[in-house]
Amino acid sequence: MPRTTSRRFLRPAALIGAAVLAASVTACGSSGTPSAATPTSASASADAAAGVLTVRDPWVKAADKGMTAAFGTLVNDGDTDVTITKAATEVSPMELHEMTMKDGKMVMQAKESGLVIKARSSSTLEPGGDHLMLMDLAEPVKAGDELSFTLTFADGRTQTFTAVAKPFTGAQESYAPGHGDSPMPEMSMSPAS
Amino acid sequence: MTDRPATARRVSRRGLLTGGAMAAGGALAGAGALAAARPGDPGVRPAEPVPVAQVGSAVEPFHGARQSGVTTEPQAHAAFVAFTLRPGTDRAAIGRMLRLLSDDAARLTQGRPALADTEPELSVLPARLTVTFGFGPGLYAAAGLDDRRPASVAELPPFGIDRLQPRWSGGDLLLQICADDPLTVAHAQRVLVKDSRPFAVVRWVQQGFRRAAGAEPGHTQRNLFGQLDGTANPKPGTPADTAVWVTDGPDWLRDSTTLVVRRISMNLETWDLLGRTDRELAVGRRLDTGAPLTGRAEHDEPDFAALGPDGLTVIPDFSHLTRAHVTDDRQKILRRPYNYDGVPTPEGDADSGLVFASYQADIAGQFLPIQRRLAERDLLNEWTTPIGSAVFAVPPGCPEGGWIGRQLLG
Repeated sequence: MPRTTSRRFLRPAALIGAAVLAASVTACGSSGTPSAATPTSASASADAAAGVLTVRDPWVKAADKGMTAAFGTLVNDGDTDVTITKAATEVSPMELHEMTMKDGKMVMQAKESGLVIKARSSSTLEPGGDHLMLMDLAEPVKAGDELSFTLTFADGRTQTFTAVAKPFTGAQESYAPGHGDSPMPEMSMSPAS
Repeated sequence: MTDRPATARRVSRRGLLTGGAMAAGGALAGAGALAAARPGDPGVRPAEPVPVAQVGSAVEPFHGARQSGVTTEPQAHAAFVAFTLRPGTDRAAIGRMLRLLSDDAARLTQGRPALADTEPELSVLPARLTVTFGFGPGLYAAAGLDDRRPASVAELPPFGIDRLQPRWSGGDLLLQICADDPLTVAHAQRVLVKDSRPFAVVRWVQQGFRRAAGAEPGHTQRNLFGQLDGTANPKPGTPADTAVWVTDGPDWLRDSTTLVVRRISMNLETWDLLGRTDRELAVGRRLDTGAPLTGRAEHDEPDFAALGPDGLTVIPDFSHLTRAHVTDDRQKILRRPYNYDGVPTPEGDADSGLVFASYQADIAGQFLPIQRRLAERDLLNEWTTPIGSAVFAVPPGCPEGGWIGRQLLG
């Protein structure tokens, strides 16, 4: 069969590798802590990505104002659990959120204890699940913009990553007043039109 | 996420092994070979699944100096999607749009879901998916870069044969989406259209098809008149290189090409009134082999001087072959057409034709001279009518981490 172009077939392992690289993960080191005191120094994890976690395929939902959210897959290649206690970006205050079933419907609530990524496992942040919530945009996040995020971990280390803004009609967050003692906003689960 | 391709790879590897004996003749022709073999024949292996998984998992490159989808062996299915930029989509916004669309294309063509892909299961079988970007004149204007627009990338001059409809004409941005699987094309189109929404509106979509992947490998495609279409394409190698690609100039021009998309309505009702001889005279070639009327094989050189017993040239002077003929390889155009076949009228009149797609380094120097000769006098004009027309610059490709158009807009 004559061909004018080279043809190759899928190699899943290589593809996953490419996806990891595409996430442009950088480590900030341990801000405020002497580097000598850091339990896992950069040299100790030469086989892992430079960060505490590998952030794969990060993206943020484009929005003009109000709330939006960032998503992606957090991969912990280390032997110890990792806890994210805080996420930050320039354009908005942020919270760590989880979706949970409450009174028969999915509600969004802050995860005060932080997001735990178990050793040798990964955690997917996705619409309808855990996510990094941007609570009040100071400026529009336009489709195609690249936003820088900083994660802070329980041990004080930090890590930044860049996420591209995608037009996305799902993940419709509507800020509804909480019931009774719950001051948390709810995430509307109505299907996108 | 990528579990599925692993399965596809396993299936295709087995296919390669079992198909080894017939691979030389065209691996996917094995379907016919197996079916034709009689069960009682000695040496016939028990019927095994045809290695169709190869069709689904085959990958064409996205990154590179030149865009894929031009000299790529044409896939079976195509969607040409043209966009009009929304008012206010400026240079920076066009850049953001192209970054998003390039990222989608880079992932989908390699069998990976796009970012925020809402149907990731539809992304794992690329089936040689290519996404080729074309920039219409309006994109250069919107970006304030009209001085960088190749001069011949402009609306074509009107031709007497044209019956152009706005619904099939023009466009600021074109995505030519091709794959050997129609579901793959549909999903890629959906993803790309969704990401274009903040920046552009869909102007027109033209869907087309050829023979299924592997049905007739290595053959020139046939249109719905039954004619071979594309015999005279420049042969791969150096001449085709300079006919299709711009080989020097600034980095936003080098390794670029241009694309003319014409929607050609083919009147199957009046074509039906012709006998076989008249059909062959109109095109100047035999319908079965595609050979010129003076030759025996498809690629024989036509002899325009040869006379028949009646003293007339064997190949009519106004045949499509005579009027379209170009001898210099560098002056040729690369035809990469697809058939379209709409819904017949209640009376059964066909809505059929060709999404004519022609790639060339220079529209004015290559496409227009041929088109002028055809418009002036081509017997086929009796049964064909151009009803859509659009021109695009096809910018250079991009390296990994880059995006299409960066050389122009970045």
